[in-house]
Amino acid sequence: MSQINGGLRKKNSGGEKMEEVVLEVNGLRKNYGELSVLNGLDFKVKKGEIFGFLGPNGAGKTTTLECLVGLREPDAGEIRIMGFDPQQNPRKLKDLVGIQLQVSALPETIKVEEAINFFSFYHGNGKKENIMENLHLEELKKARYQALSTGQKMRLSLTLAMLHNPSLLILDEPTAGLDVASRRALHGLIRELRERGTTIILSTHDMAEAEALSDRLAILVKGRIRMTGTPREITSTGKGWTKILVKTLGSSLEGKKFPGLLEKEENDGYRVFFTSQVRDGLNMILKVVEAAGDEFVDLRVERPTLEEKFVELTEQAQNVS
Amino acid sequence: MKAFTCHLQFEFFTGLRNKGLLMMYYLMPLGFYALMGTVMSELNPFFRDMAIPSMVAFAILTGTIMGLPTPLVEAREKGIFRNYRVHGVPALNIMLIPAITAGLHLALVALVITFSAPMLFSAPLPENWIQFFLGAFSFLVAGSGLGVLIGVVASNNRISLLLAQLVYIPAMLLGGLMVPVEQLPGFIGGVSRIFPTTYAMEVMRAWGWGEPALGISPAGSILVLISGGILAFALGGYLFSWDQNNTTRRGPSYLAALVLVPYILGAIFL
Repeated sequence: MSQINGGLRKKNSGGEKMEEVVLEVNGLRKNYGELSVLNGLDFKVKKGEIFGFLGPNGAGKTTTLECLVGLREPDAGEIRIMGFDPQQNPRKLKDLVGIQLQVSALPETIKVEEAINFFSFYHGNGKKENIMENLHLEELKKARYQALSTGQKMRLSLTLAMLHNPSLLILDEPTAGLDVASRRALHGLIRELRERGTTIILSTHDMAEAEALSDRLAILVKGRIRMTGTPREITSTGKGWTKILVKTLGSSLEGKKFPGLLEKEENDGYRVFFTSQVRDGLNMILKVVEAAGDEFVDLRVERPTLEEKFVELTEQAQNVS
Repeated sequence: MKAFTCHLQFEFFTGLRNKGLLMMYYLMPLGFYALMGTVMSELNPFFRDMAIPSMVAFAILTGTIMGLPTPLVEAREKGIFRNYRVHGVPALNIMLIPAITAGLHLALVALVITFSAPMLFSAPLPENWIQFFLGAFSFLVAGSGLGVLIGVVASNNRISLLLAQLVYIPAMLLGGLMVPVEQLPGFIGGVSRIFPTTYAMEVMRAWGWGEPALGISPAGSILVLISGGILAFALGGYLFSWDQNNTTRRGPSYLAALVLVPYILGAIFL
């Protein structure tokens, strides 16, 4: 696993860098019969950060989160959430941790308002009047669970996870099934919660969402964490190739080979190069175009997206196996 | 305590909102009572005399054995239990609260039967109300314990229905609700003693109407019913699983058969 230091840091009085770890996982393993789902996960989540958890289907994301919240018992390894073991201290943790599960439901006939009061009382908070405003549930408060759409159910599930102002919020695919407006509202809410000091673990398939929201990310493939770091750190690791797209009026670049530039097939009249030496690559291209008296129509430099990095890591893992 | 009350209130309304529960708690017992009262009171004089205890027992049997397990199985299968767990809802409440609310609904039905039967079918009222109540209550404890246990161990709704019918049909046919137990042939009469309805009818007939059928001591019948109910809840608590697939539990599901012990002991010793 690659470990890149990054994310939030605090300075103590001596000027040393200090981190407050909210969640620590060491050597986490879980098997379902013969199938090994988690193969020794190690990661830490620091206070106040949004920690993205990315992985393809079957990577073990949901199993990891279920182990974190005590729904599944690990076969080996150690989990500490704010110092507590989820298997040993479930009651303590239910007040510190908010969870939105990917697979969960409520009784069909429960009304939105009833569900909120029901769980509020179990968290010892009493009736909640204003919580429904966060995700626009006011107009649905008399609606029964069975009458809600997928997105509305998700909004309710998220609202329930945040009822007791948890210090750590675990969200498993929170935007699945949400419309654009609700997704934006949720992203805003997640950022707002982070500003208020809530630590968030966000499991998602959505690369753009993970890149936009996460302070740090872990990429999980086949039960192993392949990489952790900030989105920028992750996208600039490995080959670290940057994409250069060039379109000229003339044919000055036709047939030219540039050392250190890997050319991919043309796309919409653009010539596409990949390089780890962006400055040198651009200089070579500029010189050739200038020398030929040609003109640029467009010149773009794009760093690799998280999605490209994700695909690269996933493919590597597949090839290894 | 507020959480418990809020949960209780929600579950009580679920009994009215959920069509399946409404059917098992109200429509089926009252519909059957109306049908039996109309037809059987003309054909069978025994039925008129025993209309109240047998129809109250029928209502409790239907509500607890056929009504209680299904919502528990569905809730586990849909992941509702998982949601409850992460929000700190105790397993005890998940089992106990539906049983209490079932008891409240069935008490309402029992009141309707008890007070309408004399007017509609000339059925005699109980001579001793407290003892009649004790008999019905102890059967409610036994029945709801069995219902919860079926809901806990059944891996899906098909199995739940099968197990419920395994208890429900013989308990109804052989437990003295349709035919007086004393009129059953020897071997079948002996078998009838492993069903809670036999003890419920015995205690209600003996204490409520002064007509014991088998000569079992009413206190003994109550002991069998209450201990059967408590054992069923205890086994339910032990075998309870939060897991959707009902695979991660503390013991094998066949341990649930231990719930028969009080009834077998009752059949041997009472």
